[in-house]
This record gives sequence, structure tokens and C-alpha cells, in this order.
Amino acid sequence: MDAFWIILSSSLIAVTCSLLGCYLVLRKMAMIGDAISHAVLPGIVIAYLISGSREALPMLIGAAIIGVFTTVLIELFYKKAKLQIDASIGITFTWLFAIGIILISLFAGQVDLDQDCVLYGEIAYVPLDLWITDAGVNMGPRTVWISASLLILILSFIIIGYKGLFLTTFNEEFAKALGIAVGFWHYSLMSAVSLTTVISFESVGAILVVAFLIVPASAAYLITHKLKEMLILSAIFSVLSSIGGYYLAAYINGSIAGAIASVAGILFLFCWLISMYRKRNNTSRLILNSTS
Amino acid sequence: MEVALETHNLTVSYNRRPVLWNIDFKIPVGQITGIIGPNGSGKTTLLKAIMGLVKPSSGYCKLFDQDLKQVRERISYVPQRESVDWDFPASVMDIVLMGRYKSSNLFKRINQSDRDIAVEALEKVNMLEFSNRQISQLSGGQQQRVFIARSLAQGADLYIMDEPFVGVDAATEEAILNLLTEMKNQGKTVIVVHHDLQTAKDYFDWIVLLNTRLVAVGPKDDIFREDLLQEAYGGKLNVLSKVGDLIKEKGFSVRERK
Repeated sequence: MDAFWIILSSSLIAVTCSLLGCYLVLRKMAMIGDAISHAVLPGIVIAYLISGSREALPMLIGAAIIGVFTTVLIELFYKKAKLQIDASIGITFTWLFAIGIILISLFAGQVDLDQDCVLYGEIAYVPLDLWITDAGVNMGPRTVWISASLLILILSFIIIGYKGLFLTTFNEEFAKALGIAVGFWHYSLMSAVSLTTVISFESVGAILVVAFLIVPASAAYLITHKLKEMLILSAIFSVLSSIGGYYLAAYINGSIAGAIASVAGILFLFCWLISMYRKRNNTSRLILNSTS
Repeated sequence: MEVALETHNLTVSYNRRPVLWNIDFKIPVGQITGIIGPNGSGKTTLLKAIMGLVKPSSGYCKLFDQDLKQVRERISYVPQRESVDWDFPASVMDIVLMGRYKSSNLFKRINQSDRDIAVEALEKVNMLEFSNRQISQLSGGQQQRVFIARSLAQGADLYIMDEPFVGVDAATEEAILNLLTEMKNQGKTVIVVHHDLQTAKDYFDWIVLLNTRLVAVGPKDDIFREDLLQEAYGGKLNVLSKVGDLIKEKGFSVRERK
């Protein structure tokens, strides 16, 4: 049963992340998930200091707010200070992360927060954190419920906002010329990424979140030329990585998160080979056509 | 004269350096107007200011005597081809359909009449057979035609195009020119940013000569005078005209035959 819960929650999170990841990869902002997952540290500490508890909800809100703030700062450095996007990402998240560390060390006496625990959730513990109702009914792991609701939320965002996301991702200037609020779409997407990152890394750890955001989407990008196919393929790859990764970990008796990320990487390599093979075939066909 | 576009004291600067300085002109309805000037003379910036993509430091633009917001659906903008990533996972049809997007229908599904309009637009640029082709597999000229089809699908009255003739093949050039004439015959207004002085005289009815400041504006025969071109192109024209004289003397053809 534990295997089922772990695979299910990993898959739910993986699908959510990889759907958003498609848009991040296409917008050339793939590392934004990495930035958010580190930058939220001060948000978590501040939320803890204000609420005085380690309840998940205040921390989540604090983290999500700082997550969106991170994307605002990145956008500010990029657009106003005319810095490259990767430099803006690097400056923003290291700075916020550093503030978080200072806060932890300042309030070390009062704060019972473990940096490892904050940053690296452990997916193997998913089945331990059960949602038991007041009546005492066991509803299964909490993570499954949370990540399922998150997936529904993000999926509806992508379906309802499909045209808006498509247009603003492909050609922002044209969208602006049509009178479409590109800022709204940018920050809606960034809020979705922030919320997803924060919720996901609490359960599966920061590294796996970043892997889910980038790797399946990039693999799908290599082998398809349709956005809808890219979204569906990346979801399939992320589920395959979750299943494959779990059994790989069980077989070698190693880290589950590590194994899942590794399987995702292997899938990516596989897609890369396919795309290379196809390109070669296309070129040789072109040469044949031109000589015949 | 019915005015399609009017700019008044328009000044735009990047990092406090003016790119456009005090631009003041009017362009009539129903003409093909070329905005020409040397590299870095602010041609693209002028279009962006007209489309509200960059904020002017002072001055304003009026389209059909109104603010952009009020007439947005009558204006179509064709950005530079290089401004987007052509490896994006989309088909030709997907891109042309974007011409049917509006802020009011962004959450609605694309309907059959949108598709019909897109098909018609693709037909006009001779790209219908490519409608399912991935955009990464198009040549430069085909990409440009897709952009123009997207613009046609908007069904606008004023078309603003940024360098549509750059890097396109002869067939595309001819297709675009035919389209421009057809649009003009339908009473539409077209404004084109163009950098090639040699072809400008054949392509356009009206010329806006630009070099950060407005050098001259008017019907092309009034504008193609050595002193005005000299003023806009400065030393660059000097070298060019010398080369031109040399070529004339030696009897080379200036342009390659198609």
C-alpha cells in the first residue's frame, strides 16, 4: 500500500509540475522553479515567527507570497535594470535565500526549523502523514489529497487560459498590440508556479520539484512540435518517471527522490536520441530529394 | 485629407537617450506608406510607440483621430519576423488563428468562422497547403507570409508592418507586394518600415523619411530628392552614391535580375 501512495502522490505532483514546466521551458524561464524553491525560505521563517506555530497553512501562505515576490523581483531586474534573465534569477534567489538563513540563525533559539527539513521534503514519508477526520476515518495520506486538488486547480487554469498562455508565450508583443493584459498572464503563471513549487517541495523535496518542472517538459519538447502534444507527453513522462523511479529505488534500496529524478533524466536522454535519429533521417531524405 | 495616423511631438528615449525626437506627421488613409531611414534611426521604435509597446517621453499618436484603445480592433501589427522563436511547438494554422484572438474572446473557444477567416488569409498569401506544417519547418519567406496571414485574419483597416521584406525570397516579395496593392484597392491603409532605399520608390506611395528626427514626409516624388536623402542618410549615402556612380560608369547592373 505504501508503494501505491508514494507513486500516486509523486505522479500527481509530477504531472502538475510538468504541465507548468512546458510553459516555463517555452518562455525560457526553466530555472524559475529552482529560484522559488530556495527563495521562499524567508517567507517560511517569517510566517513561523508571526504565527508561532509549525502549522502547514501559515507557512504555505508565507512561502507562496514570497514565491510570487521572487518572480516580481526577477521581472524587475530583467525589464527595468536590463539584466539578463538568468542573472536576475541568480541574484534574486540567492539574496532571498541568504536572508532566510540569517533569519534562522538570528532566531535560532526560538525557531525550531531545520533547513534540511524545510528544503528537502522526503517522499518516503508520504504514507506516514495521514489525514484522519474528526470521526476517526482514515482518508489516506494528506499529500495525496493536497496534490490532487492542486492538480485540478492547475489543470483548469491551463485549460481555461489555454489561448492566453499560448499567445503570450509565443509572441508577447503581438499580444500587447491586441490589447491583451500580458502582465496578468505572466503573473498568473508565476503564481501558479509559486504555489505548485511550495506545495510540492514540502512533500517531495526541492530537487525533485525542479526536475519535474524542467525535465519531462524538455524531453517532450524534443520529440513533438505541437503544444498540446507536448503537454500530454510531458505528463506521461512524469508519471513514468515516478513509477520507474520508485521501483528502481526499491530495487537498489536507495533514495526514492533521487531514483525518480534519475529515471526522468534517462527518459530525457531517450527522447534526445529519438530526435537526433529523426533529424538525421530528415536530412538524408532532403539530400536524396535534392539529388533525385 | 483623411488621416490614418498622426503623431504629435512624439519623443521616445531609451535610458535617457532619445531614439525619436519631436516627431510630427500625418499619414493619409488608403495609401501605402514607407517609413525609411538608416539603421538605428528609430523606425521600429516609432512603430512600437504607435502600437503602445513603448511609452513616449512626450507627445502622442492618434489613429483615425482616436486613441489606440478605442480603435485597437481596426489596427493590425506585424512584428519583425526575428522577434519570435520559430522553434515554438505550433502549426501554421495555430499562428494564423492568433489573428482572431481579442481580449474579449480570450476565454472562448475558436469557432468555425474564425477558422474560415484563417483559411482565407492563408489562401491570400499562398500558404494554404502549409496550414498543418510546423512553423519550425518554414523558410524565412514562408514565416513572413504566415505573419502577414495572421495580420490579414484580424480584418483590420490599418496594417503596420515591421521590415516585412527582410530576408525573404523573390516569390514572397512579389506576394507581399501584390497583397499591398490589393489592400490599397480595398481602401485599407498600410504602413511599412523599410530600410532599402533602392526599392522604396517602387513599393510605396508615401514616404516618411526618418533619422531620429523627422526629415521629411509626403508623396514619394516630393521626398526622393538628393538633399533630403542626404540629410537622412548623411555620410552613408555619400559612400553609396559614389559606389552607384562607379557602377553606372562601368555598366554593372545595380540589382540582380530575378
